[in-house]
Amino acid sequence: MSVVWEGKQGTRHLLMGNDAFARGIIEAGAAVAAGYPGTPSSEIIENLAQASKATNMYVEWSVNEKVAMEVAAAASFAGLRSAAIMKQVGVNVASDFMLHLSESGTRGGMVLISCEDPGALSSGNEGESRPFAKMFEIPLLEPGDFQEAKEITGWAFELSEKIRNLVMIRSVTRLSHASGNVTLGALPQVRPQAQFKHRGFFLDPDTGPVMTFPVEYKHQLMQQKLKQAVELFEDCPFNRYEGPDRPKVLIVTSSACYLYSKEAIQLLGAGDRVGLLKLGTTWPLPPKFMETHLSRSKVIFTVEEVLPFLEDNVKIMAADLAERIGVKKFHGRADGTLPTVNELNPDLVAAGLAKILGVPYQAVDPEYARQALECAFFGAPHRELAFCPGCPHRASFWSIHSALEMDGRDGFVCGDIGCYSMAFLPTGFSTLKTGHAMGSGTGIASGFGKLGRFGLDQPVLSVCGDSTFFHAAMPALVNAVHNQSDITIVVLDNSGTAMTGFQPHPGLTVDAAGDQVPALNIADVARAMGARVELSDPFDIDTTRHKLLGLLRKGGVNVLILKQICALSPEKKGRKLFAVTLDEAVCSGENCGCNKLCTRVFKCPGLKWDAEKKSAHLDEVICSGCGVCASICPSGAITKKEAA
Amino acid sequence: MANKALAADPYNLIITGVGGQGNVLASRIVGNILSDQGYYVTIGETFGASQRGGAVMSHLRISSAAILSPQIPKGRAHMVVALEPTEALRVLKDYGNARVKAITNTRPIYSVGVISGELKYPSMDDLKLWMGKLTQAAWFIDATDEAVKLGNPILGNVMLVGALAAVGELPLDKNGFREVIARTMSADKVEINMTAFDRGVASIR
Repeated sequence: MSVVWEGKQGTRHLLMGNDAFARGIIEAGAAVAAGYPGTPSSEIIENLAQASKATNMYVEWSVNEKVAMEVAAAASFAGLRSAAIMKQVGVNVASDFMLHLSESGTRGGMVLISCEDPGALSSGNEGESRPFAKMFEIPLLEPGDFQEAKEITGWAFELSEKIRNLVMIRSVTRLSHASGNVTLGALPQVRPQAQFKHRGFFLDPDTGPVMTFPVEYKHQLMQQKLKQAVELFEDCPFNRYEGPDRPKVLIVTSSACYLYSKEAIQLLGAGDRVGLLKLGTTWPLPPKFMETHLSRSKVIFTVEEVLPFLEDNVKIMAADLAERIGVKKFHGRADGTLPTVNELNPDLVAAGLAKILGVPYQAVDPEYARQALECAFFGAPHRELAFCPGCPHRASFWSIHSALEMDGRDGFVCGDIGCYSMAFLPTGFSTLKTGHAMGSGTGIASGFGKLGRFGLDQPVLSVCGDSTFFHAAMPALVNAVHNQSDITIVVLDNSGTAMTGFQPHPGLTVDAAGDQVPALNIADVARAMGARVELSDPFDIDTTRHKLLGLLRKGGVNVLILKQICALSPEKKGRKLFAVTLDEAVCSGENCGCNKLCTRVFKCPGLKWDAEKKSAHLDEVICSGCGVCASICPSGAITKKEAA
Repeated sequence: MANKALAADPYNLIITGVGGQGNVLASRIVGNILSDQGYYVTIGETFGASQRGGAVMSHLRISSAAILSPQIPKGRAHMVVALEPTEALRVLKDYGNARVKAITNTRPIYSVGVISGELKYPSMDDLKLWMGKLTQAAWFIDATDEAVKLGNPILGNVMLVGALAAVGELPLDKNGFREVIARTMSADKVEINMTAFDRGVASIR
């Protein structure tokens, strides 16, 4: 969104949370930003990359989050402001470096933005990274709306420079992917200069080498920095109290939960009895500020997502302050006032608050709710996630699934992270049998492949996408080759980080800013590592299955690369490879030996079983012309012709 | 500040559909028109898995006073705009109430369960009956069919924005729409979007 880097100071715009973060980074004059794509974080780097020609910022999609943080840290060491941006699981990947970074300290302001996904709306987990801030002894900030998302980013850079350490900002899907009005600030005028000073005294923070040694000294320094941050938090503009002087209940909250809590108080009409302590600095808590406000009420209700992180810290602080603030009654995630899992919303907070206040709360009229439920039960059939029409993954898993059936030795596939994770569902013929972190499919397969001595005689496969291959599957492949595991890795290469919006990766010839860069060839990499490598077009089902069957019978490490560009990629979208037609007169449906194979099992959204005509029907608006269904129809009712 | 009043303040609008139908774009267009008039607009969206056949929903809160929760409280929608008819019912189940209104595209998008014959897709007659029961007012528009006539089924979303403007609960006018489209789309796409908007307006009369 060009307003992010072109918008004038003082103008007001409707911006997504991630746009606001990007603008905040630009206004702060950051020189370097690096990240790895992951929902709901990707738009920040995307914005910065689009802006990079105008802002003269260096922006990269790094190979993974650990390297992203290292790239950003280098800029900080050279005196520049820098940002590392990732989703919650990315912080796990970066955490090894992050521990060491927080101990070595930084020079130019350095900010980590972690965009997290309570409720796992687009994730395989609802893990969170706030505990890392505590574990690594760095400050944690959480904006409470869209304007704050921008402001807190600038504040974080200043804080980082004052304390000389990494500052972490945490966002959630309901801020990053939500939108609200933001008034823009000024764009920077200065062009930053980089120099890494390393010849000074060993312990000099400005001119010495940057490292964690001597450990005890640096650890102490790191804790002093945190203390300094706490003092600044006492007067932080992002901490504030709203409500009566002595409320019956004090809500302590941050992030999107601030907006839910505000609305919940309104829903219950409880503004005269409930106070709202909105925190922008959630670790460490500023003790004087907390004392002032915890003193207001005997009942403390912490509203946060997902784990009771803030709640635990409030309890510890209340214990420290007990002599002065008295004994409190605590409610929140831990005592079940709020559910212990999943994201929150205004209703859940209102229900929890109503319980504490002892008042009734009914969101919907029960008679309306009953009728609506009944109508939706018959009227809104479940919509399971499915691969898009023309998705190469459907074709790939069709081949993998049928090759394993034909092989007949109970082989199985270890899954990984990407759109293809959905292949544990019927849309991928329930082919995936394990599903964990980035690159884990191949790591787990490497382990399964060594269990022959204990009698495991099933063929072991893994899948990974092209971006995942570079991110985390490469070390697992090295491991399998070196330790002589017997596995077949299928690389589902759709030419981009498709799930998050086609961000480039090291296998492509363009970078984040759209400039030409050298591409690494996955087949060459795998061959150089010592694997047996074959390639196939997943839309060519017969050849793919034949190659896979051959590989399954061979020992050692095999890599089959199935290359076909994502159906939604800008290069391909709307362009049909084939004109596909379905002759309803030829389709014999239930009476065919296949018994509706195309709609019953293959299940491409472009094909529908017409129960009245007793035939499959092809929807031309939805069909993307991949032509794969023509290869699976045994009666020849579906035909394809190369599109003009 | 705004030149015309909101039918309610805050006004809670849900735009729903299936991934790939242009749900997010429709919500941004409506949000930007109203933000340009000085309103506080908060949009909560679910996307990420949205391109992949799932149900998607945008919650729009329009207020003259403040930014609000990006999730509308249960049972508090004033208007549901559905790009896919069964999605209207799915939304009403959680956010409907006796006074809610709805504008529904009639073009079905079948889920995997329906394609395979495991689940039954309701008839349009039943859908209209149920929508009538659950709303104070319901409009049905052949938006995708009309959009196909204009040359691109995706324009169905803009037709529904036009219909929403015609219903008159929000100060959405043609000039505001043109300004937002001109700002966010390439010049060659402005006229076709204006036509789709007009067709949407006409569909309500």
